[in-house]
Amino acid sequence: MSDVMIEARDLTKRYGPNNALQDVSFEVRKGEVLGFLGPNGAGKTTTMKILTCFIAPTRGQAKVNGCDIYEDPMGVRAAVGYLPESTPLYPDMLVYEYLEFIAKMRGFTGSEAKKRIKAAAEQTSLEDVIAKEIRALSKGFKQRVGLAQALVHEPPVLILDEPMSGLDPNQAAEIRDLIREIGKERTVILSTHDLGEVEVTCGRVLIVANGNLVADDRPEDLRVRAGKAAYTITFAKSGKSDKEIRAALGKVKHVDVIKPKSGEKDETVFLVTAKGSEDLRADLFRFAVDQNLTMLGLVRKSAGLDSVFRELTTKAAEAGGGRKGARAARLEKARQRKRDREAAKAKPADDGETDDRKAGKEEE
Amino acid sequence: MKGHTLTIAQREFRSYFNGPIAYLVVSVVLLVLGFLFWETFFLFGRATVREMFRYFALLNYLALPPLTMGLLAEEKRTGTIELLITMPVTDAQVIMGKFLGVFGLYAVMLLLTVPYPISVGMLGNLDWGPVVSGYLGLLLQGGALLAIGLMASSFTDNQIVALFGALGAAIFFFLVDKFLPFMPTWMVPLAEGVSFDVHFEGMRRGVVALRDVLFFTSIAAISLLIAFRSLESRRWS
Repeated sequence: MSDVMIEARDLTKRYGPNNALQDVSFEVRKGEVLGFLGPNGAGKTTTMKILTCFIAPTRGQAKVNGCDIYEDPMGVRAAVGYLPESTPLYPDMLVYEYLEFIAKMRGFTGSEAKKRIKAAAEQTSLEDVIAKEIRALSKGFKQRVGLAQALVHEPPVLILDEPMSGLDPNQAAEIRDLIREIGKERTVILSTHDLGEVEVTCGRVLIVANGNLVADDRPEDLRVRAGKAAYTITFAKSGKSDKEIRAALGKVKHVDVIKPKSGEKDETVFLVTAKGSEDLRADLFRFAVDQNLTMLGLVRKSAGLDSVFRELTTKAAEAGGGRKGARAARLEKARQRKRDREAAKAKPADDGETDDRKAGKEEE
Repeated sequence: MKGHTLTIAQREFRSYFNGPIAYLVVSVVLLVLGFLFWETFFLFGRATVREMFRYFALLNYLALPPLTMGLLAEEKRTGTIELLITMPVTDAQVIMGKFLGVFGLYAVMLLLTVPYPISVGMLGNLDWGPVVSGYLGLLLQGGALLAIGLMASSFTDNQIVALFGALGAAIFFFLVDKFLPFMPTWMVPLAEGVSFDVHFEGMRRGVVALRDVLFFTSIAAISLLIAFRSLESRRWS
């Protein structure tokens, strides 16, 4: 249990009548890079503010690095490097001055502070702008100063609220590499609404929608859960009839649904769906060899994470699949709320949602 | 733990010199003060700086709110408050650090007027007792005004609102004893009791009374406490 760095239990936050967060529970272990995903206003930032003891939850418990957010907020803060949303910095300070201030606040002085500042600046490639005023920096450099600031005390836990927003692709790639590097030996939580980001950077994804946790999984598994991979397989026309081929295909392991598709004149095309998450390509190839068929093409298409995301966050449903009783119950609650809200809304909203779902299906 | 308060105070103090407000306020105060003081000084022909203290205290009501308006409001607007507070510091340390930072700047401003009594001392026979008590009075009166300004700044994320809040409070404490003849009798002691000028007057003349010292320190303490509560309230809202 000792490698659980962040432990959140039933975090709930109300702002007046609105629930910003509803019974969110999760754990993050050492060496994990956790992606916190959700549309704007879903509760990502609120969760992060709670974990850094900036605000208190209305209800619920959380521990960071073994320190309780109520009993030992100083311990929590000492263990966390935090980059708030939109990277707030003091524009009138020099980069070095600013990092020196942060180092001092973190309890380092003299040569120790210098060493730490140097290390953080190197990690974030800030050497060239170290003597510049922060206000004169480009967005990318500001972002890096924010990151350097979070790294000065070499915290075991990093909490980064949208660290990539506003960066150009090159800068984003650099930051991404840095985060992955850091994530090897420490714990990182980063929030984003960029799905590509999550797939390459994070080992695990939490998806929140309307303050509810709707998914907690590895990116690969999420994808599998939302839609099974589909294979388009093309054979050259041969002596065998389509019907024969189809019957034979049905006997291949893990093959679930087979649909004939219209291809060019001398082609026979099938759309095959797998039963589980197994990769069928090898089996399908062997099948073609065994049946003495000429395979002209084999394309595997899996559901994109964004259709998964859309599905989960618009319907707040299906995810979890009742793996845990508590979560299923929470999801049911969420679904009920969603339904209530929709019932209250006018008809067009309903139509909009079915369209969404259709769009999601089509992408699969 | 003390270290954090001082680190914040130091940063705050230094940042005043990165922007125009501190330079503007300090130079305007010194210019106006110099003009008012020396204009009449030779007319009276008396070796005293009492009048300087009077003008300085008067200028404080207008000059100090611009120094405090951004202390918390600007940090809230830009979001830097979030980074500051999520350092391992308590909210009380943040408030105290901010207060000490601006108080340090104010002390520097007071220090810049020290040449006045020195030159007066060279011109005539200056009694240094009231000079010391006058500076103590200015420190207390200014400190209370700065604390009020910090409190105003803690209520909002708009510097202008903070400025006018602080100005309003300062003008109230200044004007409260100016209409005594028009007040019902029972209000007179009350109005005198909260008037900054009334409590400052003794020290300006060289009398340091405990009640005056307590008055200014409690105004400052209460303001800082309210600022602390207001900063803390973000956690529960």
